[in-house]
Amino acid sequence: MLSLVTFLPLIGALVLFFGIQGDRAARIWALGTTLVTFFLSLRLLSGFDPSSPAFQFLEEVAWLPAYGIAYRMGVDGISLPFVLLTAFLMPLCILASWESIQKQVKAYMVAFLALESFVIGVFCALDFILFYILWEAMLIPMFLLIGVWGGKNRVYAAFKFFLYTLTGSVLMLIAILVMGYKGNTFSIPALMALPFSFAMQVWLFLGLFSSFAVKVPMWPVHTWLPDAHVEAPTAGSVILAGVLLKMGAYGFLRFSLPILPDASRFFVPFIFALSLVAIVYTALVALMQKDLKKLIAYSSVSHMGFVTIGLFAYNQQGLEGGILQMVNHGITAAALFLLVGVIYDRMHTREIARFGGIAHRMPIYAVIFMVFTMSSVGLPGTNGFIGEFLILLGAYLANKGVAVVAATGLVLGAAYMLWMFKKVLFGVVANDEVAALRDVNSREIAIFIPLLILVFWIGFYPAPFLNMMHASVEQLLIQANTIKAGSAALALF
Amino acid sequence: MSKHLLIVLAPLFGSLIAGLFGRFLGNALARLVTIAGMSVSAALAIQTFFAIAVGDGEPIRQEVWSWIVSGDFRVSFGLLIDRLTAVMLIVVSGISTLIHIYSVGYMAEDPDQPRFFSYLSLFTFAMLMLITGDSFLQLFFGWEGVGLASYLLIGFWFKKESACNAAMKAFLVNRVADFGFALGIFTIYQVFHSLDYATVFRMAGTGQFAPTVDFLFWGPVDTITLICLLLFMGAMGKSAQFILHTWLPDAMEGPTPVSALIHAATMVTAGVFMVCRASPLFELSPTALGVVTLVGATTAFFAATVGLVQNDIKRVIAYSTCSQLGYMFFAAGVSAYAAAIFHLMTHAFFKALLFLSAGAVIYSMHHEQDMRKMGGLRKKIPITYTVMMIGTLALTGFPYLAGFYSKDAILEAAYAAHTPVGTLAWVLGMAAAVLTTFYSFRLIFMTFHGHPADHHSYDHAKESPWVMLLPLMVLALGALFSGVLGSPMTHLGWFKSAIFLAPGHDAMEHAHHVSAWVKWSPFAMFLIGLSAAYLLYIKMPGLPAIIAGHFQKTYRFLLNAWYFDRLYDRLFVQTARRVGEGLWHTGDEGIVDGCVNGVAAVCARLAQQLRTLQTGYVYHYAFAMLIGVLVLMSLYT
Repeated sequence: MLSLVTFLPLIGALVLFFGIQGDRAARIWALGTTLVTFFLSLRLLSGFDPSSPAFQFLEEVAWLPAYGIAYRMGVDGISLPFVLLTAFLMPLCILASWESIQKQVKAYMVAFLALESFVIGVFCALDFILFYILWEAMLIPMFLLIGVWGGKNRVYAAFKFFLYTLTGSVLMLIAILVMGYKGNTFSIPALMALPFSFAMQVWLFLGLFSSFAVKVPMWPVHTWLPDAHVEAPTAGSVILAGVLLKMGAYGFLRFSLPILPDASRFFVPFIFALSLVAIVYTALVALMQKDLKKLIAYSSVSHMGFVTIGLFAYNQQGLEGGILQMVNHGITAAALFLLVGVIYDRMHTREIARFGGIAHRMPIYAVIFMVFTMSSVGLPGTNGFIGEFLILLGAYLANKGVAVVAATGLVLGAAYMLWMFKKVLFGVVANDEVAALRDVNSREIAIFIPLLILVFWIGFYPAPFLNMMHASVEQLLIQANTIKAGSAALALF
Repeated sequence: MSKHLLIVLAPLFGSLIAGLFGRFLGNALARLVTIAGMSVSAALAIQTFFAIAVGDGEPIRQEVWSWIVSGDFRVSFGLLIDRLTAVMLIVVSGISTLIHIYSVGYMAEDPDQPRFFSYLSLFTFAMLMLITGDSFLQLFFGWEGVGLASYLLIGFWFKKESACNAAMKAFLVNRVADFGFALGIFTIYQVFHSLDYATVFRMAGTGQFAPTVDFLFWGPVDTITLICLLLFMGAMGKSAQFILHTWLPDAMEGPTPVSALIHAATMVTAGVFMVCRASPLFELSPTALGVVTLVGATTAFFAATVGLVQNDIKRVIAYSTCSQLGYMFFAAGVSAYAAAIFHLMTHAFFKALLFLSAGAVIYSMHHEQDMRKMGGLRKKIPITYTVMMIGTLALTGFPYLAGFYSKDAILEAAYAAHTPVGTLAWVLGMAAAVLTTFYSFRLIFMTFHGHPADHHSYDHAKESPWVMLLPLMVLALGALFSGVLGSPMTHLGWFKSAIFLAPGHDAMEHAHHVSAWVKWSPFAMFLIGLSAAYLLYIKMPGLPAIIAGHFQKTYRFLLNAWYFDRLYDRLFVQTARRVGEGLWHTGDEGIVDGCVNGVAAVCARLAQQLRTLQTGYVYHYAFAMLIGVLVLMSLYT
């Protein structure tokens, strides 16, 4: 079942590549494949037992037994939300590319479907080698999406994205190999039980950190993100912000916290410091952006700073808030990039100064934009509030100073979002191009409706989402709080 | 659905229908739907008020649905209607309904009416959530919700740059305040492990909490004081108190019905309501109460001084609101919560009346707001003049009108508190009373008396339509009688369990027994203020300009509201922009990318040597590498 969800898009991609001709057919095929994948992922949800913290839908096929490598798959309450999120966003991405992608449509759809397989695989993999392969494989379609269908400066952005992530991954590979060697297996659940010495944990943590931090991205290795977003096509940005960024934070949850608990606790102040800098620094930078996409890209870095704080707060509220906020950000940032895409398709610019008064010409668009702005700002009643509130509450219980500094992000976040909203949508109609704008069409509305529903659903009734993760988070907390290495091991320093 | 729930939800339904389907319904139906929703809400609110506040009904407590559950953190949406909430319900639902009706006339020529009425009802829903909540988090929900509605309505005419800026400013200043409010909520949860009023107040009352908590670099501080001060920071923003008041005057960019509903009668009083609601906490911290008194008294005086010299008719009333909110706060600060809520109620009536009358003036002057261009209007719009005069007399404390009862109760309580801050508040409150009378009659005299300054608009001025005048008359009745009808509220124990008083905090009780000169001195202040205004604006209309000319510095200081805006702009806005610019160009593009691109350049130079072997496409390499890894591994098994 899990393999089916994971590899159905890849199969779809192969069929599309070899067997289907024509742009329209390619679009329909891709949409169909992603929709089927989404419905299959809902079947996963209905079969999932939220009261159990164990991995479910387990699959294991021997692959390289001599090295303890196997094809191992499974999901728990921490990974399932991301599988669902990915499967949910993909059909929207295909729809968003319906008209805006006109060159090499088939290749584009193939890349997208392959990307979906790899990303879902990353969240389901329970074997480190499998995880690593999928993690790296995912770079290729993403690189192509930016490098082929991107904007003017796409080659620089694509390379920057690729090299940044690859550099981090190399160190992660070393850490993975060391762990596998020590444990004689690459099975992730088995490694969770393995005691590593403190010194070893520290090095392993840093190895994994170098890869995860780039992906999150944490300050100061975030500078690839604004460039990648600005150059990527709309749907690429949606996936980048909606799913790819979550992989780094997911890595912390899946590996760093349970496998390396002592080192993770040791690095809490370090993570907090980087996250706080990210929140305040990038929010201030976002305040000055002239490019709409860059502004949202910087706001992503700021929001992900909240997430990492929540994950390392070491309490239920912080962790659940962090996971939920990742999902929320996947919804809200994705929607904001889609909204930018809507006017980019019409005006072929993202320069904030060129807009103004759009609300006069596109009233429905303005309402949708307002909802997601408020969600980004964390207004109660929207999804953003639940996530941010739980994170800040968790952080406050863990360390008041951190919560106080992080909470300033709420003020700054409101400042740049409202400033942007005012410049783009309010005011008098800025120029003839704005005056000629048409409001969103039914295809575009169809893209936003599912996202809007989720914003309010999570905002008013987050229970189904939080219930999914309670048991797994409780277990993760137990794992993260165990002491694997004796205190003598601190002798390293 | 219980009828109590319907009080809250009916406006929401109206708002959603008008907002989502407004373009199909058209203006008339959208108005009708929202007004219907409001009428249902108001009728049920009045019924509930009679059951609970006039009769002797039990408070209503009802859990509606579970909102957030995470670990041992659980919060629900609920309903709590006790006498405190019942009074607020009347004010919010009642005045909101009147203002919806008034808006039918005022907004008649606006093309965007469905949007306007939808926002107005949305605001009412959020405000009702705020006052009927049974936990601090639901309070916060309503708190932010009214903030959003306020933002949307201030910026309703979003074509105007100034309206957009004002909307943004209101939202951001409130965000700064809510930063404190949120921290207060976190602290409550940390200390009491709950956010329900019932649990928190019970534990606070029985002393089941750590007396001190560590807070940042202050080390251990008194728990309750910390909580109260953080919560009060939120109240200072929402209720536009001194240093966080700067958004309120700018908020007058919104349509006048909005100013009346949100920025006079209801939303801005949310802070006062919160302090009264949390009286079981505030009562335990003399320090926090002292701060509340001091801030309130300062605001009452400060805003009144600024109101003296403003020329925009709405700005005068805005500063007056700010000042009156100060009165309510210092009443709460001396533990006279009943007087604070009493004044909140009477103020809601007469201030909404003043704003809407000002709106009627603006309407008849074709959107002119500068009082210097008015004059002599009493002959042209006599009904507006009459109701506005009633509002002014109620505000300034003319005997037996609303303000006479409630404002005097506050001043007497402050006097009877017999504490240094209480006495200071009394002195500042008395001074503010003179100023209030002066600027209120200055407004009346400049607008309605004397000679018309602009004959063209004077000649075209005409009375507003009945749909606007009727709500004014209803409010005028409130301004006339809400004082005498509401005065039982100030008797000990009227609010029952809704308000808690610590032993010895009996200023409200003593207020009924102060000596006659204390009781009548506010009336003396009224006479002084009135005579001064009469002298300067009727008898010798040339004099104000001469005085302003003589005291240029003071005049400009007051006209610019003590230069707070300029200060904040330099201190925060400019700084944030400069730092952001620096971080972006120097930090991101200079340092971080400099390193990254530097490394890349070095690599590129090394790669020159090998380049003939290769295609130059990174994805070729990556793909080759991936296949290589897989093949190698499979071979070795």
